[in-house]
Amino acid sequence: MSEKEIKIQNAPEKEEPLDKNVRLMSPGRMVVRRFFRSKLSVLGLVLIVFLFAFCWLGPVFYTQWDQTEVDYNGRVEYVQTLITYVDENGVEHSYYQLEETREDTNTLAKPSWEHPLGTDKTGKDVLARLMYGGRISLTISFLTVFVIAAIGVVFGGIAGYFGGLIDNIIMRVCDVLMCLPGIPIMLVVGTVLDAWSKTPDFPIPIEPQHRIYYLMAFLSLISWPGTARLVRGQILSLREQEYMVAAEAMGYSTVRKIFKHLVPNVMPQLIVSMTLSLGSMILYEASLTYLGLGAPEQFAAWGTMINAANDSNILQNYFNIWGPPGLCIIMAVLGFNFVGDGLRDALDPKMRR
Amino acid sequence: MADITYERALARWQSMPDTETSFDDAALAAELAEKKAAAIETDAGKQPDPNALLEVRHLRKAFPIKKSLMGKVQQELIAVDDVSFVLNPGETLGIVGESGCGKTTMGRTILKFHPSNGGQILFDGQDITKYPPSKMRKLRTEMQIIFQDPYSSLPPRSTVGDILSEPVRVHKIVPEKQVKAYVLDLMEKCGLRDYYYERYPHEFSGGQRQRICIARALSVKPKLVICDEPVSALDVSIQAQIINLLKELQKSMNLTYLFISHDLSVVKFISDKIGVMYLGSMVEFGAKKDIFGNPLHPYTQALFSAIPNPDPDAKMQRMVLGGDIPSPANPPKGCRFHTRCPYAKEICKHVTPAYREVEPGHFAACHMYAEDASNGEQE
Amino acid sequence: MKEKKKSSYLSGKEIRAIAKQNKKVMMALEAKKHRRAKEEEFVCEMKNADNILEIDDLHTYFFTDQGVVKAVNGVSFDIPKNKTVGIVGESGCGKSVTSMSVMRLLQGPTGQIYSGSIRFAAEDKTYDIAEMPISEIYRIRGKEIAMIFQEPMTSLNPIFTIGDQLDEVTYIHRPEATAEEAQARSIEMLKLVGIAAPERVYNSYPHELSGGMRQRVMISMALVCNPRLIIADEPTTALDVTIQAQILDLLRDLKDKINGSIMLITHDLGVIAEMADYVVVMYAGKVIEKGTVQEIFKNPLHPYTIGLQKSKPTMQSDSDVLFNIPGNVPNPVNMPTHCFFKERCDRCCDKCGGDYPDMIQVSPTHFVSCHLYDKEEEVNG
Repeated sequence: MSEKEIKIQNAPEKEEPLDKNVRLMSPGRMVVRRFFRSKLSVLGLVLIVFLFAFCWLGPVFYTQWDQTEVDYNGRVEYVQTLITYVDENGVEHSYYQLEETREDTNTLAKPSWEHPLGTDKTGKDVLARLMYGGRISLTISFLTVFVIAAIGVVFGGIAGYFGGLIDNIIMRVCDVLMCLPGIPIMLVVGTVLDAWSKTPDFPIPIEPQHRIYYLMAFLSLISWPGTARLVRGQILSLREQEYMVAAEAMGYSTVRKIFKHLVPNVMPQLIVSMTLSLGSMILYEASLTYLGLGAPEQFAAWGTMINAANDSNILQNYFNIWGPPGLCIIMAVLGFNFVGDGLRDALDPKMRR
Repeated sequence: MADITYERALARWQSMPDTETSFDDAALAAELAEKKAAAIETDAGKQPDPNALLEVRHLRKAFPIKKSLMGKVQQELIAVDDVSFVLNPGETLGIVGESGCGKTTMGRTILKFHPSNGGQILFDGQDITKYPPSKMRKLRTEMQIIFQDPYSSLPPRSTVGDILSEPVRVHKIVPEKQVKAYVLDLMEKCGLRDYYYERYPHEFSGGQRQRICIARALSVKPKLVICDEPVSALDVSIQAQIINLLKELQKSMNLTYLFISHDLSVVKFISDKIGVMYLGSMVEFGAKKDIFGNPLHPYTQALFSAIPNPDPDAKMQRMVLGGDIPSPANPPKGCRFHTRCPYAKEICKHVTPAYREVEPGHFAACHMYAEDASNGEQE
Repeated sequence: MKEKKKSSYLSGKEIRAIAKQNKKVMMALEAKKHRRAKEEEFVCEMKNADNILEIDDLHTYFFTDQGVVKAVNGVSFDIPKNKTVGIVGESGCGKSVTSMSVMRLLQGPTGQIYSGSIRFAAEDKTYDIAEMPISEIYRIRGKEIAMIFQEPMTSLNPIFTIGDQLDEVTYIHRPEATAEEAQARSIEMLKLVGIAAPERVYNSYPHELSGGMRQRVMISMALVCNPRLIIADEPTTALDVTIQAQILDLLRDLKDKINGSIMLITHDLGVIAEMADYVVVMYAGKVIEKGTVQEIFKNPLHPYTIGLQKSKPTMQSDSDVLFNIPGNVPNPVNMPTHCFFKERCDRCCDKCGGDYPDMIQVSPTHFVSCHLYDKEEEVNG
């Protein structure tokens, strides 16, 4: 009989905490999970980590040579030359002449235990230069990208948020800047900097080895429009989101609305675009130093090192001089692009399943 | 005035011969514009209604859709055209209409998210039509909004606690030390559990998100809340929860609602007064019992009969409106409803019907209830 | 890190375990989906010759990173020939996933039919859709079963005219059709759905039409191949009330004109009451009650069905307070083993903490899955 009694309870006033046991993924973990789902982005990450370790930790362990240090352990080189002459009878003779040259410096050495990647034309160790060169290339591209992002966020944010005339002015400035051809302008600027550095009483002293920093600073001044457009576009669409209308309804100040509510939501796209442009900045830096606009030859940079391949002898016979920096550039660019793609998939909510 | 009912007016209207006279559209338009301007002018001088929390007079909002090279507006979309009503404290005004009728735009214009192009908005006795943004910002705590889509109206990268405590901090509603306690109390009132405080909006279902939105709107202790289709995106059982919650909160916090919805049955449950909008203008307005007991406008009638009845036996004769809703960018001349009205006559195609008080407190804009018609009925 | 202190989130280890488990099952199901199969493997017999579609213990799962979502968890119902079956339930109850399973439109590799059968009586043979490899689906999809979607704004391709898109359907299923035949058929269909100027609509682009018109076009597109079953997934939800009334009138009209069944999916009880002959009520991936429209609306048995009907504001009722079902639909991951509705139920008893209730037959057509009606079963047995 007791079975037949059905206890009828009142409707539970509060919902049972059914959802308290439900365990979801935290937002951070979701991003990580999506990032690691793609093998390419993992590969990219490995490449980048490897390059950083190589450039910053490498010199700690590989201490025998410095980037500017010349190997003065002269070496004896034997050059075999075929000499042909015609004697008085008109018979052709030829013999090999063995010449012994004693050099002051150990130039163009083949890879050996002492110089794992050999030495270059002036007798400096290629491996050491590769590590130090990487430091410059990576630092410069990071700095440039951050400067570009900072300028881009400010101008793009202002243009997107306020719209109207301000937007129009900023966007037209962007259009003009986007018309400027990069490399030719940099050549001109490089020449001007060169001239200034030679003027002794010029107010800002320009050390030759810092020239590349000035150049890249100038580059960031003309290449922020891409980022600004991205940020503006994002903000234009975010501004129409209802939570922004809600922020408006809350009577928040403009500064709070832009920096507390808009910018954090632009960050994912911004990080993605920054990562992707890191690759192109490395290429830019390499081309500038390749063209001789960067640091003087004795200071290593990947671009400068590739420049050595201008010599046809080196191009043909000494892969160990220009191959490794080329490979490093490829690895860095690919790495950053893979990571950027992975981050886009991970951070972009539209890709969310 | 004699009792005016839809049936009697309709019978009378159908018995009347269709007018043969031709209409001069240009002259009629000019006359209408003049009438409107005169009405705005006379009303602008009037003192604000002392009892009202919100009074809207001849509100007009137009969006430019075509501009000349010099920036002169050549064509505009009149989203809200000559809308007037009075809302008393503690009351709920339901605004019903289909998409494109301007109900959402009206709500947002009242909150001054975009400037109005004519008419007055009086809030708490002050004309806020011309308030600059800085002055409006202080008023924001008094009037709040709840949105239709609980998914896009919460910032995705903040926790519930942040979302709810930010406005409290910004407007210094309570001292800093009490913020968390205040927010938790508010969350309990809105049916949210305390451990939600640390969670992100994406972890919640639509109904819970809408509760968060309600809690956020109420965190600044507003007087007026504009509910812009707050239950349309929710499931039926959740809809009922949210409506009941809104009603409960109205009682306990003495709130005034402007409840915008396309669903007449939802509006019926929550409203004291109801306004029916069609293509930017109010076609009928009155107390709930008037609108439901004696709907005057043919459009209201059609809306009523369009709602599917969850009773398989009640196969009622439905009044199905033909055609589509005209584009608000290019509304029909004369009565805007004439293209879909089953009883339209020649006059409807040319003359815009006056929006007049047919019964005390019950307004309608239809030629069936024109002044002379009702006079005629009286005789 | 922030996540560490929150125990409410999954740990990395758990996530990896879930992913590993999912991958195994997903790969096997994907392989089954893409296998080459002889016809015998997916041809079967209907249990009842009067039915056009029999869904039998269907399980459709989504293998997400956060666990397996059992979106459809043992659903069984039949669609008789020339009848309209309404499936009603709240969002997340699995009604749309059921229809997607029937059409085999689930997004792989996460969404998979895990088990169960979907028997469909085509013109000549009976197929088990759940067993069919995806390459054979062309025999049924569009031709025998057509679908009408909720969103008429995005379901039409904006760069082709309505005519192009309608003709295409004819070509796909009857490649031998000439251009004139296809056009004639398209215009005939447009006329059938009550479009006043079919020739004009035939030549226009989707953006030139209003929402109601687009939905009519979608319906005509579904009708082109004379399907034996039309699946209408929330066909009027995105429309205005007055336009919804038009479309409902049209559908009711078409029901008699066409020679086929309709599976109507909606959350609106009013639409179901007006349109359907049979009703299936779903909750959290399970059928909790099914029966004829009279039985469901006049004699609802399951507390959820009752609550759903009471909580819908209607024009007829006069009360001031709406009835509401407390709580929310449970999270689809980690479903309890007892009745899914227990936490929200106002007639909950001791038994409800036990096993999930079985389907109980109340009348020849009326079934309910609730412990409240268990006793009668015992008495009868």
